[in-house]
Formats: sequence, structure tokens, C-alpha cells
Amino acid sequence: MGKFLARRLLNYVVLIFLATSFAYLLAATNLQPRVYFEQMQPPPPPEVVNSQLDTLNLNDQTPLAQRYATWISGVVTGDFGKNIQGGEVSGQMWMKAGVTLRLITVATILGSALGIAIGAYAAVRQYRAFDKAATGASFFVLSIPTVVIAIVIQVLAVAVNDGLGFTFLKYVGEYSAGFQGNWWETLVNRIHHAILPTLVLALALFAAFARYQRNMMLDVLGSDFVRTAMAKGLTRRRALFKHALRTALIPTITYFTFTFGALVSGATFTEKIYGWHGMGAWLIDSIARQDVHVVAAVSWFMAVTIMAASFLSDIIYAWLDPRVRV
Amino acid sequence: MSTETIVDSAAADSERTRPTPVLEVTDLTVTFRGFNNNPDVKAVRGVSYAVHRGEVLGIVGESGSGKSVSSMAAMGLLPDHAEITGSVRLHGEELLGKSDREMARKRGKVISMVFQDPLSGLTPVYTVGDQLAEAVMVHNPKGGKAKARARAVELLELVGIPNPAERYRSFPHEFSGGMRQRVMIAMAMANDPDVIICDEPTTALDVTIQAQILDLLRTAQRETGAAIVMITHDLGVVAGFVDRLLVMYAGRPVEIGSVDEIYYSSRMPYTMGLLGAVPRMDLEDQGALVPIKGNPPSLSALPPGCPFAPRCPLAQPECDDSEPDLLPVGSAVRTEDGRTRVRDDGEQRVACIRSGEIDANRWTAQDIYPVPEIPEAEAASARREDLPEVLRVRDLIKHHPLMKGSVFKRRVGTVYAVDGIDFDIREGETLALVGESGCGKSSTLMEVMGLEKPERGSIEVMGREVGSLSRSERFSLRRDMQIVFQDPMSSLDPRMTVFDIIAEPLRTHRVGAQAVTERVYELLRLVGLNTEHATRFPAEFSGGQRQRIGIARALALEPKLLVLDEPVSALDVSIQAGVVNLLEELQAKLGLAYLFVAHDLSVVRHIADRVAVMYLGKVVEIGATKAIYEHPSHPYTQALLSAIPVPDPERERSRTHIVLEGDLPSPANPPSGCSFRTRCQKFITLQESDQEQCMSAEPRILPTNGDDQASACHFAERQAGLV
Amino acid sequence: MTTVTETTQDVPASPPAPNRIKDLARQLIATRRVIVGIVILVLLTLFALLGPVISPWNVGERDYTALLQGISPDHWFGTNRTGLDIFTQTTAGLQKSLLIGLLVALISTVVAALVGAFAGYFGGFTDRALTWIADLALVLPSFVILAILSRHFVGNGGWLILVVLLAAFSWMVTSKMVRGLTISLREREYIHAARFMGVPPYKIIFRHILPNMSSLLIADATIMVSTAIIGETALSYFGLGVQSPDVSLGVVIADGASFATTAPWVFIFPTALLVLLVLGVNMIGDGLRDALDPTAKSRRS
Repeated sequence: MGKFLARRLLNYVVLIFLATSFAYLLAATNLQPRVYFEQMQPPPPPEVVNSQLDTLNLNDQTPLAQRYATWISGVVTGDFGKNIQGGEVSGQMWMKAGVTLRLITVATILGSALGIAIGAYAAVRQYRAFDKAATGASFFVLSIPTVVIAIVIQVLAVAVNDGLGFTFLKYVGEYSAGFQGNWWETLVNRIHHAILPTLVLALALFAAFARYQRNMMLDVLGSDFVRTAMAKGLTRRRALFKHALRTALIPTITYFTFTFGALVSGATFTEKIYGWHGMGAWLIDSIARQDVHVVAAVSWFMAVTIMAASFLSDIIYAWLDPRVRV
Repeated sequence: MSTETIVDSAAADSERTRPTPVLEVTDLTVTFRGFNNNPDVKAVRGVSYAVHRGEVLGIVGESGSGKSVSSMAAMGLLPDHAEITGSVRLHGEELLGKSDREMARKRGKVISMVFQDPLSGLTPVYTVGDQLAEAVMVHNPKGGKAKARARAVELLELVGIPNPAERYRSFPHEFSGGMRQRVMIAMAMANDPDVIICDEPTTALDVTIQAQILDLLRTAQRETGAAIVMITHDLGVVAGFVDRLLVMYAGRPVEIGSVDEIYYSSRMPYTMGLLGAVPRMDLEDQGALVPIKGNPPSLSALPPGCPFAPRCPLAQPECDDSEPDLLPVGSAVRTEDGRTRVRDDGEQRVACIRSGEIDANRWTAQDIYPVPEIPEAEAASARREDLPEVLRVRDLIKHHPLMKGSVFKRRVGTVYAVDGIDFDIREGETLALVGESGCGKSSTLMEVMGLEKPERGSIEVMGREVGSLSRSERFSLRRDMQIVFQDPMSSLDPRMTVFDIIAEPLRTHRVGAQAVTERVYELLRLVGLNTEHATRFPAEFSGGQRQRIGIARALALEPKLLVLDEPVSALDVSIQAGVVNLLEELQAKLGLAYLFVAHDLSVVRHIADRVAVMYLGKVVEIGATKAIYEHPSHPYTQALLSAIPVPDPERERSRTHIVLEGDLPSPANPPSGCSFRTRCQKFITLQESDQEQCMSAEPRILPTNGDDQASACHFAERQAGLV
Repeated sequence: MTTVTETTQDVPASPPAPNRIKDLARQLIATRRVIVGIVILVLLTLFALLGPVISPWNVGERDYTALLQGISPDHWFGTNRTGLDIFTQTTAGLQKSLLIGLLVALISTVVAALVGAFAGYFGGFTDRALTWIADLALVLPSFVILAILSRHFVGNGGWLILVVLLAAFSWMVTSKMVRGLTISLREREYIHAARFMGVPPYKIIFRHILPNMSSLLIADATIMVSTAIIGETALSYFGLGVQSPDVSLGVVIADGASFATTAPWVFIFPTALLVLLVLGVNMIGDGLRDALDPTAKSRRS
């Protein structure tokens, strides 16, 4: 078992290494840090630009292999190089990751809990009014790109604020700029800002989870073991809750873990539109700034989260389902 | 088991004085409303029966006859969209119309049920013990968890689970099918119910396990004194088990009576056909089986008359007028002078307008059904040794890696699926490979059909060693051997027309287009199908017809050897007979050799010339069919034969079954010495020194009773009659 | 299911060509959702094809006399800040979005089917190698790669590169599903039968395995159409999708997003069309999956 896990982890490390290297090489050949410096006002002399690029290990006159070797030897020790303004990428990355994780944790938990409850109930009431309404709603939400949801909710917030005459719903930033207060007030201020972006993410997730849970639940509803439970003397409701739902939850929890991993990049739009300085927003900005090292670092982080999530979902699956447990 | 039957001449009188039946079903109908313009399905159309305390009622019918649905309705387990009318009384109390909550209090407490498929019947994520304890707790929540647990362990012990306290914590997937079925029975017994409904409780199990479960059900009945309703399609199982029998067809009872009345003097053509269609393990020369033509009607579009009329050999124009009622035998018959003659001596009720005529003439199935003439094969006269060998297998071995875990998959051992077997098949001969699931029959087939060099040993087809073949030689050798599979659902590509399916082997072996067309039509006629069927898809055919298509495909290249992998075990009895007859006819006509793999020893006796009995990857006994069935010399063969119930109540009552202990050991970890010793009924009777031999030395397969019968047992029995 | 009655009379007839899609078509018509979806999709396609033709303005043509104007007889959907006619832009964008969705779905489904079927049927080394490639593609940060390479989408046919890239990152999940299905299909008796009659493996895959999951593949491809359209819209929001002079719905929406409150017509029309398009496609795909997926069976039998 230990050997097996180790082999699998090694495979993951190799995949992550390849993915990150690929992203670095792509960014190093396609982004133009030189242009970033040349467009400064006033334009610096070429020697200054060159020396700047050299200190950052971004000079396109240095052979690519050499730049890559320098960069990767740093990555192995946990140093992701410097960003284009000279800051340490590693330190910034953990800060940005924190922002993203805070946002998506709450949103996934909220969205999935609601989705599971509604999906499971809809399955029990298949083809009845509730099922039709739930299916219709999740269908509609799934057909709207997150970008549009984010914008529409922002527009609605503006309308509500205008109507009320004061800023009832905050839709920009993580907290009010220059806000001073004790920890309690700070917390309230942050929650106030978090409501709308969390809602946007949770809404999209709710729809996906509702559909998924409904299908999983339908698969077990007709199962013989539900019939057995009823034959023992359980009421239909209790048999469904205790036997069917418990079994149907297993794949959903696996799905949950996986979604969480994929959401690190999925939250980009919400972050960008609501002015949160998370991973996704950082990536978009750094591409515009021709910032090779940040792009590579974000790629690494996304690869790690996806692998970690899929590994975790396997473990949770094995833990929850005695059939696949070793 | 109890041999008393409740029939006596004074049945009508005692009816009044008898206590209220435990369960009484009257005029029950169940209709599933069709959605999206689908027609309604009338699954049950007027079923009435009553069971008394300590009584066993059998309900027999083929798939789709409504036998299961009617009992599910009684339990209140049908989904909401099923419309149920009539009445179901439990101790005189009406159950229909009760709320789910009220029904839940009855279910598992007063009336309980054992289902067919123990594989999916238990919730996979809870331990069997907890599920059993739940059945106790739910009706006695004040009893406390500890008490429920203790009771669950007690129940596990009662149904014969070894180490019950330890096995309490096992999950369902860690149990074998037989053990899961024991748990289901324990659950049904948990609260000492008054009625236990058993819905095909042994259908998914092997014969030796079936014998164990039937034994257990008898114990359960003795322990609880409950009335039992036994639902099955197997006329053998019920013969020795039930007191009264109800035969269902197309959602309606067509005959009811005491078990002897039904088996020995059935007056309904359907029941008669059903009994004639069963191959008999206990009869040496049964002759051709009685096939019932056609298929059961669709329950959504029933004709107005008797639903069996289209298949009935006695059908008259009047049969199509209206559905006959369930009446005493002959009550509907008018004699020539216009008076109605009623004969009423017993409980038997029949839904056939010609029942009186059948009764008067004492007709049997052979009299009313046309029995096909099966030509005698020419080869039968020649001596076996003089015939050419079609297939010879020597010391064949097939070991699979044993994988564990589906998320973290890894190898943990080796399954000795086929562990050194020898046999041969001569031209025009049928060798049956029999044994329980997991004995290695299917692995043997796959090895033979794969035509690859085996891990050890050799396979010779038509005298050619397959390991030494070149690619093109192997390809052309495939013409000589073809296979027919068990499951008619999955053996035909659902997206191909019948024509394309039968033409595939021909096209693969580059037969010209014109020749392909001619051959396909010829084959269709050969297996008894219409040429117009060629353009249809497999889904439009019934199981029996699909099996015929599979046979036509296998015959396309004119093979000399046909491998038959359980070809009739998925079919209903009435359909099975037709396919068995077809196989016999084809063999005689075309001089085919068959390698017939089956677990049903009754069919084997009917069709095979020679039998090889397999146990844990080895052949334990081999020989001519007659010799094996009449003088089985290996204890396993004896147990296997003894476990099969015979569709003859009297004989069944007088038989003693050898019930083997426990389950088949894992083929990944076979016992030392003789692999059968752990379950052997003979082993326990042996002296210690002899037992030592069984445990240390693996018995070789040696001749026993002459007639080339051979068995692998240190203490093989010679000339010991059984059955 | 209808059952053919068994009779032995001979009716020699030359068989008409078997109709494989009959079955699928019948299933389709039984689901109302699919019909509604198809109607929506057909109407939108007509709209997308005819729109630019009947509009008095050309794609990319600016009316400097009407900047950010509402609905008028000249500009049926109004104009944006730079005087582009929203109706023309939207219908042209719809055309491109549809094309992108269909192409991405086509390419990725074909790749997924081939990779999954070969991996599942052959097992062993082939399986491990193909699965590893799929895993790698899953780990590659698709968004980063698309964003970095977005400057290559400029120019004539540049959007085809976008299509290829989108397809390259969307086949993996389907191919895993196909692989799983193939592994279970491989043990079907008709596959064994084909093998035992000497049919070579690649023929078994194309003749028996892929046709038997075709309905599922179609359903999945439909869902992929909407995923691709949504993905392109998202990229376009950051200017990383289709590049000018090409327009897609995403581009039009992105242009209009900042005017959503002040000049709603710039935002509402393209957005409504996009939602309608995705909804229609999803309805077809989901309905198909429900109708055809044997595992997603309804309890009503």
C-alpha cells in the first residue's frame, strides 16, 4: 500500500513538473518582458533594459535552455524567481492563494450543500413539480457563463444601491480601502464584501451539483437495497434518507473534491470582476505585464491543486466506500 | 419437510371452520400507468389466494407473469404510480389503502420478504450486522442498540454464518451470494413474522447453495411457524417444498390446486406444457422435450380471449371470445344434452374452457403438444474410439492475477482458474462441462476459443496443436469452431441487423456477397426463423429467438465443433425446450460435436453423451452421461446430483438431499491435497489416517466403473446407485 | 419492445437497407426537451446566417453619426460607443460562436472516442500510455496556455488555432468515459464472438464498440458544444478569445459589459442570444443523454 501510494505520488510529481515546465517555456517564448521595459516613460536606454532583464533572468538574448536551467534550479528550492517589478514571486503567491482559497471554500461548501439537498429531493420527486422547477432552474443557470452571472449580479447590486441611496451591497474589492477598525469591524467589512462574489460562484456550483446529485440519486432509488430496507419496516422516507442518500453521496463527495481543485482557475472571472486579488486575477494581470515567472508560478499552483484534489478524491472515495476500500 | 397436504375431500367444509387465513389476497390487480403515450401495463389482473399458518403456497410462472408484482403489492413496496385494486388482508385486516407509515409497522414484523438477488439486496455501505440490527431496532426502538446487536449475532448464527460475532462487522461485498441470502433470510426472520414471502430466493444461486438455502427456509418456517409464499419459476424447487401451488400466466392465475393435483393431473394446457418442457434429471430417456410455441403476450396489449390461446395446442375459436374464469375442473363443459356437468373433488381450479375434456380424456402434455421427431445421428452406431478427435485438451492451466481494490489496484495473489484438466471430444459427440460458478468452466472455454498457446499443457483442435499455429493458420482454424453464448441479450450486437450479424463471420472469412446472402437465408430457415426477420434488430426478438440467431451465426462457417456456453440457462422453461430440441436436431443433421458448458444438470442429462464435472479448476469426474448419473463415484458428483430438486412431488418427498457445508473455497487459495475435502460429506466419515491422505495427497483421476468413467477421489465409490 | 412472432412459413424477400438512425430518431422525438432545443437551435442558426445579410450595415462598419444610440429603425439593436451596429455584430458573433462550438465538439469527440476506445480495448501498455497523456493534458493549465497563445489568434483563420486549442483541452474527460465503457463493452459476448470468428481488433473497435456508444458520444458532443461556447465567451471577456476583425458573441458581450447599466441594449441582446443558444444546446444534449444512457435510466419502466 505504501509503495503503491509512493508510486502514484511520484507520477503526480512528474506530471506537475512537466506541466509547469511547459507553461514556463511557453511563457518565456511568447511573452515579451523586453517590451514591458521599452514602453516605460521615459524609455530607458537599451543597456539598462538588458541589465534589468539579466537580473530578473528574463533576457531573451540569453539562450532559453540557460534561462530555464536557472529558473528550475530555483524552483526546486522553492524559489519561483522574481516578478517583473523585482518582487519575490513565492511570497506573493501564498498571499494570492489565500485570497482565492477563502473565496472558493465558502462558495463550494454553500453551493454543493444546497445543490445536493435540492438534487436529491428532486430525484425523489422525479417528474413532479419540484423536480421540474429544480431542473429548469439549474438548467438555466448552467446555460449562463459565469462571466455573465458575475456582471448581471453586479449590475443588479448597483441598481439596488441606487434605489436605496446608499451602498447596501459591496461589489468591489476584498475590503474597503484604508479601512480601520478593530478585528470585529474588519471581519464584518470583509464578509460584507465577500457576499456577492461568493454568491456568484455558489450559484454556478449549485446548478452543477443539483444535476449531478439528482442523477446519482436516481441511480440508487430503484436499487434492491432500498426495497430491502423498506421490507424490514423502514418507511419510504427513512429508507431513502438512510440507505439511498448515503450511498448516492459517495460519488458526489468525490466530485466535490475534484470541483474544488478545478475552481482555482475557475474563480478567475469572479475575482477579476469583483476586484479580488486572487490567483486568477494575478494571472490575467501578469500576462498583460509580460511577467513570465508569475505565469509559471500560477501554472504550478493550478497543477498542484488539480493533482491534490484528484488524489484526495480517490482517498476519500476509498474511505467512504467499503467496496473499494483496501 | 411436511408432507401433509391440505387437500381432502371435505375441503369445502373445513374452509368454513378454519381460522382466518394469515394472508388473504382477493381480486388483486396492479396496473402501471403508461407515460408519454406508452400504453398501460396490466401486470396483475385478478389474483386471489389465501395462506394459513404453517402452510406453504407456491406461485409459479415465467418471467413477466406478474408473480413478483403481486407480492410486492401485498407488501406495499410498489412505487406510487402503480394502481392497485382488490384486497389484501393480513389476519383479516385490510392492507391496501394503508399509509406508508402504517405499512412500515407491518413490514418486517408481521409480513416479511426474501428477495431474489442477494447481490444488490443489501446496502453496500453498511455492515451486514448493522443492517440486521436495524431490522430488529426499527420494530423495537426501546430495546436499545446493544440488545439489537446481540439479537443480530444470534440470528446470524441461526442462519448458519460461521463466526457470527466477527462476521457482524463484514460488509456485504465480503460475503458470498449464499451467505448474503442467509443474511436476507435472517432479516426476514428477525421479528418472528407470520408470513414470509420468498421471491425466487434461490434463483441466483448454485445448486449446492440452493439446497442449503431451501434447508434453511424449512428451518425458518419451523422456528417461526410462519406461512410461506414461495414465488419461483423452477418447478423442481417447489415440488418438494410447497403444499399448494398457484400457476400464473400473463398476470392471472390459470390453475390452482394441491401440489399433487398440479403435478399429476394438471388440467390446464399451459401448466401441462410447462411440466413437459422441463428436462428431467431423474429420467434416463425422456425423449424430446415439449416445446410451447410462441411467446408470452405483451401485458400492455392483451387480446380479449384466453391469453394463452395463441400458444395453446387445444385452442378453439371460442377461446378468443372471453377470458376463462378460474373454475373447478370441467365446470364450464356442456355435455351434448345441454346440461352443465360439474366435477368437484378437491381444491383444483382451472382457467380453461376445455379442462373438462382434458380431464375426461386424461390427456398429458405428450398427447396434446406436437413433439418433434429428432432424427438419430449416424455416428451413434460407430465405436467412440474409432471416431476422429475434434478437440483434445491436455493438462491445461490458466492462472489469473488476483487484483484487489478498484481505486488502488494491485496484485495480491493468483487465481488458479483452470488447474490442469484433460478431456477430449470426438466427432458428433457432446461433452458437457458442469460445475458451480467459479469452478473454471468459463475460463476453460475462453482458453479453448482463444486458440493461443496455453500457459501449460496443450490444446489440439482437429488434431492440430494450437500453440504452433501461424497467424493465418489460426485464422482459418477458427472456421472449424464457433461459440454460442449464454446471454441472448448481450451476445448480439444491438446495432446490427440480423442479416449483418449472421453474415459477419462469412464476410470476415471473405465469402462472396452473393454466397453470403444465400447462406444467411439458408441459416435462418435452418434455425426456424423467417427470412423476413433478416432486416430486424435483435431488440425486436424474444430471448429464445435471439438464441436461435446466435446459433445461426455460429453455424455460418460450417464448424465441426460448437462450443455452447450455458445456451439455455437465461431462457424461460417453455422457450428453453425449443432451443434444446433445435440443438439436438442440428447435431443429428450436421454431425456437429458440442462442448456444452452448463450448471443445470437436468439439461445436461438430456443433451450430453459424456459429462466432465469440474471443481476448483480441476475435473473431478468424467464419463458417459448414463454412468455418471446412475453411479456417480465422486462425492462431489453425488452431492451435486442429490442437490437438484426434481419436478415430481412424491419422489421429492422421499429423496434425501446431501447438503454440502459452506461455500466454494476461493480459487486463489485452494485447500491442500484434495481440494474438495473441506466440504466433502465423505471426508467426515473417514478414519483419521484416511483423512490424512485426503489432506496431503492430491487425488489423480483414475478409472472407476468401466465405461471410461474416471474420478479423482482417493475413496471413489464404485457402483453406488443414487438419485 | 415489439416481439416478432415465431412462424415457419417462408417469405423470401430481399432485405431493405437497415435503418440505424431510426432508433435514435424515435428516442429523440419522445423527449420534448430535445425538440424544444432543436427548434431553438434551428431558429438561432437561421438568425445567425440571415442576420448579417439582411442588415444594412457591414460587420465592423461604424456609424459615426450614431454613437451609443438605442434602438432605432437604422440600428435595430442600437449601436455601441464606437458606432458599431449591435444587430450586425451580434448575428455575426453568433455565427462564429456556433461555428467554434460545433468544431471544437467535433474535434474533441473524435479524439476522445479514438483515444478512449483504443486505451480501453487494448489495455496494458497502450492503455497506460494514453491514460498518462490524458492525465498530463488535464494537469496542463489550459487557461494559461490559451491566454499566452492568444496573440496568435489574430489574422485570417487565426480563430481556427483557438478552436484547435480549445479542443485539445476538452477531450480528456470524455475519453476517460469512453475508456470505461469500452472496458465493460469488451467483455460483452458479441465482442467475444467477433474475436472468436477472427475479426481484427481495429475492426472490432470501429464496427462494434464505437457504434454502440455512438448515442452517448453524440449526447456528450452536444454538451461539449455549449462548453466550448461558454469557454470562448469567458476568454473573450479578457480579450484572449477571438481577435478582431473576427467577432464572436463573447467579444460583443465583453465590449458591452461596462455599459450594462447605462446602455443596456449593448449588453442585453448579445447576452440573451448567448444564453438562449447555450440553453438550446444543453437541452438537446441533456435530453439525449437521458433518453439514451442506459445508466441514467428513469425509474418508470
